[in-house]
Amino acid sequence: MPLDESTVKNIAFLARLKVPDEELERLASELSNIIGWVEQLAEVDTEGVEPMTSVVEMTLPKRPDAVNDGGDRERVLANAPEPMSGYFAVPKVVE
Amino acid sequence: MTDPLTALTLAQARDGLASGDFTSEELTRAHSGAVEAARDLNLFITETPELALERAQASDTRRAKDAAAGPMDGIPIAVKDLFCTEGVLTTAGSHILDGFTPTYESTVTANLRAAGAVMVGKTNLDEFAMGSANVTSYYGPAKNPWSTGDGKDRVPGGSSGGSAAAVAAHLCSASIGTDTGGSIRQPASFSGIVGLKPTYGRCSRWGIVAFASSLDQAGPLTRTVRDAAIMLGAMAGHDAKDSTSAPVEKPDFEAALGGGVRGLKVGIPREYRIDSTPGEIETLWQQGIEWLKDAGAEPVDVALPHTKYALPTYYIVAPAEASSNLARYDGVRFGLRVPGETLDEMYENTRGEGFGAEVRRRVLIGTYVLSAGYYDAYYVKAQKVRTLIARDFKKAFETVDVILTPTAPSAAFAIGEKMDDPIAMYLNDVFTVPASLAGLPAISVPAGLDPQGLPLGLHLIGRPFDEETVLRAAEALETAARFDTKPAYLEGA
Repeated sequence: MPLDESTVKNIAFLARLKVPDEELERLASELSNIIGWVEQLAEVDTEGVEPMTSVVEMTLPKRPDAVNDGGDRERVLANAPEPMSGYFAVPKVVE
Repeated sequence: MTDPLTALTLAQARDGLASGDFTSEELTRAHSGAVEAARDLNLFITETPELALERAQASDTRRAKDAAAGPMDGIPIAVKDLFCTEGVLTTAGSHILDGFTPTYESTVTANLRAAGAVMVGKTNLDEFAMGSANVTSYYGPAKNPWSTGDGKDRVPGGSSGGSAAAVAAHLCSASIGTDTGGSIRQPASFSGIVGLKPTYGRCSRWGIVAFASSLDQAGPLTRTVRDAAIMLGAMAGHDAKDSTSAPVEKPDFEAALGGGVRGLKVGIPREYRIDSTPGEIETLWQQGIEWLKDAGAEPVDVALPHTKYALPTYYIVAPAEASSNLARYDGVRFGLRVPGETLDEMYENTRGEGFGAEVRRRVLIGTYVLSAGYYDAYYVKAQKVRTLIARDFKKAFETVDVILTPTAPSAAFAIGEKMDDPIAMYLNDVFTVPASLAGLPAISVPAGLDPQGLPLGLHLIGRPFDEETVLRAAEALETAARFDTKPAYLEGA
């Protein structure tokens, strides 16, 4: 199904990706081509086939539900663009 | 004038270090010098000569005390700039990771460090490993040391383009890359070297910048099959920090070599004959079959009926996982931040400016196929087809031990080609993606030249966790092919 400009605008918003209006038309056409191409999967009969959830045959390991790391605020904040008083700072979200 | 030490394979360097012919410091200085002299190829995003020297000297000290850590001790290697390295800038080839200096080391690079390997630098790659030509890097395209004399720079393949080209140009004894749909094997083919993607789960993904988590796997890029075996031994192993890392025995991969392929059943999948493949690729494939036959193996026709659906499946699954993984780049915790009035605006500005065109495209595709109303039609459907693709391989491996195909549908193309049409670029991975979707080990071995004198690889796929048979068959191909042509960049030096 071809994607129109408003669909592209919507998924760009969902992905929190700023897309200038003048790029919408080109993107809609590029993405439509790709989506049109992957849609050939519709011709494969997948009746009764389980979707893959793990590529290797192994069960997910478990570990005790206990704290095994932490207390490392400096290292956690070391790469933050705008750390403030030991926190990550962001634009105001609560009025 | 190139230093003869840079011409050594990993195994030769190991033996030379062991017998005291040279020190790791000498070997490392030779390679760091070569890295600096080859800056015009743009293969490294960060060079680490001081760090390398420090580690080389530490290696020499260990060796003087008879306490060398193993075969990798003192060996200069290059690391794809997708592995987090403690205290060393890690970019993933993206603007959005500006200035990111991890405070931790990825498990694979930590394993290599513990084995004594000496990192000479972090190599160029496609942004977030999304590409097949190393042209989507924020740091500019990497150039292939192979050229044809037509004045055009060739791509080294991708996404591990810098890692592959650095091995081909003798800037390191070996390098590491990652492979999601062919990102080790296709650049190995384009650069005339060996590239091994291990079984999914063989190497830990912890500390590797994630692209598509159900497909990503680290592996070695080397000049010989033996070198790949040695290097994989130092990279692999179970890691509790990666829940998909397999708790399996790690064999002595190098010991698997030398056994020959007598009686080995080699599957030839008819579905890999596609009309658009150039004649020389088909010819090389036939030659590969003959070589293995002459070495005592038995070629067997096998059917992999869902092969043609592998690429479209991949281009749903990989972007879906990427869009989810790349959600973490929000301008809050690391890397680039572009200000905005509100939190949403800050996210949108940061991500809009921080991601390049191909990454944006894949994030949008991924978001679309995962969005409400489309999830079943695209994502679940693709995961069902993926089950069928894996089933095809499983069935084939009931009768054969290994599968032989070409690695890529062409030799290295010129920088700038295939840029207008994303799907044409995606087709580079037509032969490598199926094994990725099924999580199987696979290797590319340099096997011949195209009519323009550019290298071409042959591709072997094995059973899960049977890298040993893959390496053994690869060695047989390598021995028969006797590929010893050097890239123009080295010949002209």
